[in-house]
Amino acid sequence: MSMLNVFNIAGSALTAQSARLNAVASNLANADSVVGADGQPYKAKQVVFAAKPVEGGGTGVRVTAVVEDNAPGRTMYDPKNPAADEKGFVTMPNVNVVEEMVNMISASRAYQNNVEVMNTAKTLMQKTLTLGQ
Amino acid sequence: MSNQIDTDMQFHQQALNLRAYRQEVLASNIANADTPNYKARDIDFKAALQGAASSSGPLQLARTASGHLGGGTSTNPTGAPLQYRTETQSSVDGNTVNIDTERAAFAENAVQYEASLAFVTQFMRHIQSALQSQ
Repeated sequence: MSMLNVFNIAGSALTAQSARLNAVASNLANADSVVGADGQPYKAKQVVFAAKPVEGGGTGVRVTAVVEDNAPGRTMYDPKNPAADEKGFVTMPNVNVVEEMVNMISASRAYQNNVEVMNTAKTLMQKTLTLGQ
Repeated sequence: MSNQIDTDMQFHQQALNLRAYRQEVLASNIANADTPNYKARDIDFKAALQGAASSSGPLQLARTASGHLGGGTSTNPTGAPLQYRTETQSSVDGNTVNIDTERAAFAENAVQYEASLAFVTQFMRHIQSALQSQ
């Protein structure tokens, strides 16, 4: 049943996009977290998408990894901060807020697109089920 | 007469199958709009329907021994060849999905599917009215 596969495909995309939105939320929330769980400044997390064949045909999406951005964090001069080094500079997280906002909008649009796909598939299936009535 | 009904219904069945398959392919494209290196794919509906309607069908592999695997692909029941879309704007991550094109094609395909369903309904109605007495 091809039309049922559409649900699997769009569903995998919804899962992947919400994982991406999750990462964005985490990054934005920690945009100013000078000290993370490991004592180091928070590092931005990015999800990696890969195409995945869906059982029965079609290609879905899968999050293969959540990678940490290794770009150097921005530094800020704040000698009063307890996390400041001997010169008075504090290393802040490497979260790029603008990039994260763009990522968020992109993820939300992609999510909406896939919801639309599911809705259309649902309508078509319902019409098929009432065929001949 | 019943053979004629069968042939007519079969044509609509093939058309619906192909539309459903194309819907699946387009859903894959939309789902992978952000996947690096994913290449958008589609089928040539007209050629696929002509291929399905002709009695020969797609070329099959000959099985000359019982151990041979069948040549048919399980993912594509219609035998329609999947083709890659020509990209209009290249992106740095190697993805060739143009979301507007895909959404338009998806909507168009959904309407065509509904049209095929309407044809079948109408066809059945005709048969029914022919079967009724008076």
